[in-house]
Amino acid sequence: MTTPAPARSPIRSIAAPALETRDLVVRRDGAFRLEVARLAVGAGRTLAVLGVNGAGKSTLLEVLALLRSPDSGVVCVHGEAARGPAARRRLRLRLGLALQDPFLLRGKVIDNVALPLRLRGVAAAEARRRAVAWLDRLGVAGLAERRATQVSGGEARRVSLARALAADPDVLLLDEPFAALDPPTHDGLLRDFRDALDARTAVILVTHDRVEAQTIADEVAILHAGRILQWGPAPEVFARPADPTVASIVGNGRPPEAPALPIGT
Amino acid sequence: MDLIFEGLREAIRKIATLDPALREAALRTLQVSGTATLVSLVIGVPAGVALALSRFRGRTFVVSLVNTGMGLPPVVVGLFVMILLWRSGPLGGLGLLYTPTAMIVAQSLIAIPLVTGLSLAAVQALPPRLLLQVRALGATPVQCAGILAREAQLPILAALMAGFGAVVSEVGASLMVGGNIRGSTRVLTTATVLEAGKGNFAGAIALGIVLLALAYSINVVLTRLQQRSRP
Repeated sequence: MTTPAPARSPIRSIAAPALETRDLVVRRDGAFRLEVARLAVGAGRTLAVLGVNGAGKSTLLEVLALLRSPDSGVVCVHGEAARGPAARRRLRLRLGLALQDPFLLRGKVIDNVALPLRLRGVAAAEARRRAVAWLDRLGVAGLAERRATQVSGGEARRVSLARALAADPDVLLLDEPFAALDPPTHDGLLRDFRDALDARTAVILVTHDRVEAQTIADEVAILHAGRILQWGPAPEVFARPADPTVASIVGNGRPPEAPALPIGT
Repeated sequence: MDLIFEGLREAIRKIATLDPALREAALRTLQVSGTATLVSLVIGVPAGVALALSRFRGRTFVVSLVNTGMGLPPVVVGLFVMILLWRSGPLGGLGLLYTPTAMIVAQSLIAIPLVTGLSLAAVQALPPRLLLQVRALGATPVQCAGILAREAQLPILAALMAGFGAVVSEVGASLMVGGNIRGSTRVLTTATVLEAGKGNFAGAIALGIVLLALAYSINVVLTRLQQRSRP
């Protein structure tokens, strides 16, 4: 799986990107944790933020998911700035999030998937109907009435993704939801996930897995020590890393004028 | 040894014949301590969950206060409630001193910090990213609190058991604000103190056995509830 997958129906919006950041700064204990001038993803596009452990991926995702306010800068959803708690909460309803730990809640699988709909005021019966449809799209409709604590790890990831997608988010944010699965489970999940996505949903995936980034993403941004070192179409970033650090993160190719580098594993 | 066997035999006779005084004290205990536990559920659990999820100036101070309250000596609570309800005290006009209501108030004050502190700990023990996930699903802060309390229901039930255990076994506050009045404010613990003081060990042992049995049966019910919801 080294060839980049073709982009899903590339609907290019002429309007504002689905999600966009401007001059984000996040400090922790006075030091810069994150400094991201601009990052954006259009509707129907998938952006992978690739970085090693400690690069700031999870912090970035929390900011993008409007769960943590940056010390300065702003996140915009379809051009609307998430300034202030009220705006953040309202815009958060247009986002979906799935983490590496599926965090299924007590109760049945279907209740988990229906929950984001219920929280948006959708009536119970309608929420259940839509939840079943999403479970079906992720290949786990048969689990609907099972207790969420009794499904396997791979099944739980599918349920978690169905839950993140249930409310038809404009932007889906993923923090390594495909990590730590055995290869067949991983590949099957990735395939079904791509098939389940709506053409208009924008996806931001943070990951340390370069193969996954290459497989799933239209665009790749390299995050290192809280900064974006390179951002561009996936094939380009992988073929022409901008500097030795990026090269070591994407793990192949060589920067134009750098001496031989140990290829990262 | 005779003292113990005599006592036990007499105790069993009293329990078997449903001795009216014993029954009266047992029912009063159930009423007072049960109500106080319910009050601590209604106040303590939401307070603990809210405290676990909130960030504000002085939060550490409040949390320390709650944690200190978890070990509140019943006699101190009894004294405080007594002064409040004393005829010339601030709430003396209510005429509540030496009534079961006064005992419920005192026992609630003992149970609330305990239930608050343990509920707080229960929610704080949840994975931090679970809160992120729940917020990301679109939950408002109040909805978040409800969902997380549900996730922490096992330790929260343990908190309620601890609260009930604390109030059903305390004697100082009940004695001070209740007065151990027969047929009105006499509960199993205060009656035990009285009987033992009179040298009536048989009566005291009977009361002790009933108290243990009562605490045990309530905890069986709560434990069944708790273990049924085990993941």
